Amino acid sequence: MARSNKPIVWGLFAAGGTVTAFFVPALMVVLGLAVPFGLLSPNDLSFDRVYGIVAHPLGRLILFGFITVSLWHAAHRTRTTVHDLGISNDGITMFICYGVAGLGTVLAAVFLLLL
Amino acid sequence: MSERQITLEVLRYRPESESEPVFQSYSVPCQEEWVVLDALNYIKDNLDRTLSYRWSCHMAVCGSCGMVINDNPMLSCKAFLRDLPDHIRVEPLHNFPIERDLMVELDDFMDKLKSVKPYLIPDQPVAEEDGTYRQSSAQLKKYKPFAMCINCMACYSVCPQYGLNEGFVGPAALALAHRYNVDSRDQGRRAREDVVASNTGIWECTFVGACSEVCPKNVDPAAAIQQTKIASTVDYFKDLLMPGKRDKSGNAKQAAGDGA
Ligand code: SF4
Ligand code: FES
Repeated sequence: MARSNKPIVWGLFAAGGTVTAFFVPALMVVLGLAVPFGLLSPNDLSFDRVYGIVAHPLGRLILFGFITVSLWHAAHRTRTTVHDLGISNDGITMFICYGVAGLGTVLAAVFLLLL
Repeated sequence: MSERQITLEVLRYRPESESEPVFQSYSVPCQEEWVVLDALNYIKDNLDRTLSYRWSCHMAVCGSCGMVINDNPMLSCKAFLRDLPDHIRVEPLHNFPIERDLMVELDDFMDKLKSVKPYLIPDQPVAEEDGTYRQSSAQLKKYKPFAMCINCMACYSVCPQYGLNEGFVGPAALALAHRYNVDSRDQGRRAREDVVASNTGIWECTFVGACSEVCPKNVDPAAAIQQTKIASTVDYFKDLLMPGKRDKSGNAKQAAGDGA
């Protein structure tokens, strides 16, 4: 039996799952709770400050990694969920899911470079 | 001792006389401390000698009495009547062809267990003079939970992937492969990957996790499969980046001077 080449997409999927599990709750606390409840002053998230962080080369790199692995995670999860639902057109599903993730990767790179 | 009248609705299939399985009801006077297997034994001894099912130990170690009880795959010798309603539906394990009544065909499962090379594959012969291996309790702890499987097949009965694709190696066999992969005495992971890391191996699993929920021995096959996915992904990228490191059989090359 031939070994599968799924480790490529699964590697991105696993990385995306781990990264989002750590970052999304933190983002939710900061954006959804800390700012509305006045624990952080709105100035802490002013455009200039956030832009300064994001536009820094390291900021761009981290954001690129975060966005792309999250996209690939969602793409692979959607593909397996479609399979779980018993819909057996893996070729089309793969094309759509990974196509969207691939497009998102390119767009993220372009926008972050132009920032 | 209190007695309880319980209705058992049992799926019957006698291939010589029936083309389809049908349910048959039995009213059984049960003792409070009985398990479903006791009720089946009562039927066999007193009501209907033709009922067929498998069991042996009556103490959750042999793994032969797995069946679907009120929609949950369980060991019938561990399914206490005190936890169940007065009307109980008993079916053979799902996802397997029925051989007769509550007995399913085991051949596919047995072949899968064998396919993952479930034995120690050491690189070196035993180093200790008395012919035994040394193993610390920490090393034992790594694989022991995965060694508790009694092959009851409950996990295959609930696995939606096995239901969709019977070629899938499945939870128990993959957990068994992992049990050897993480054993400090074993170096056979690469040899197992031909089956384990194929498209019908770990990669067929989409982490539904039902196997781990129903396992009567807390083996956690879902965790075994995810851990194997990580190890196989690392191996895959290692092979991609350093292709010369392996021979054709798929095993890591022996160190130089290790001939004979
Ligand atoms: S892993 Fe658990 S549920 Fe599956 S066969 Fe083994 S003991 Fe049964
Ligand atoms: S009879 Fe042995 S496990 Fe139930």
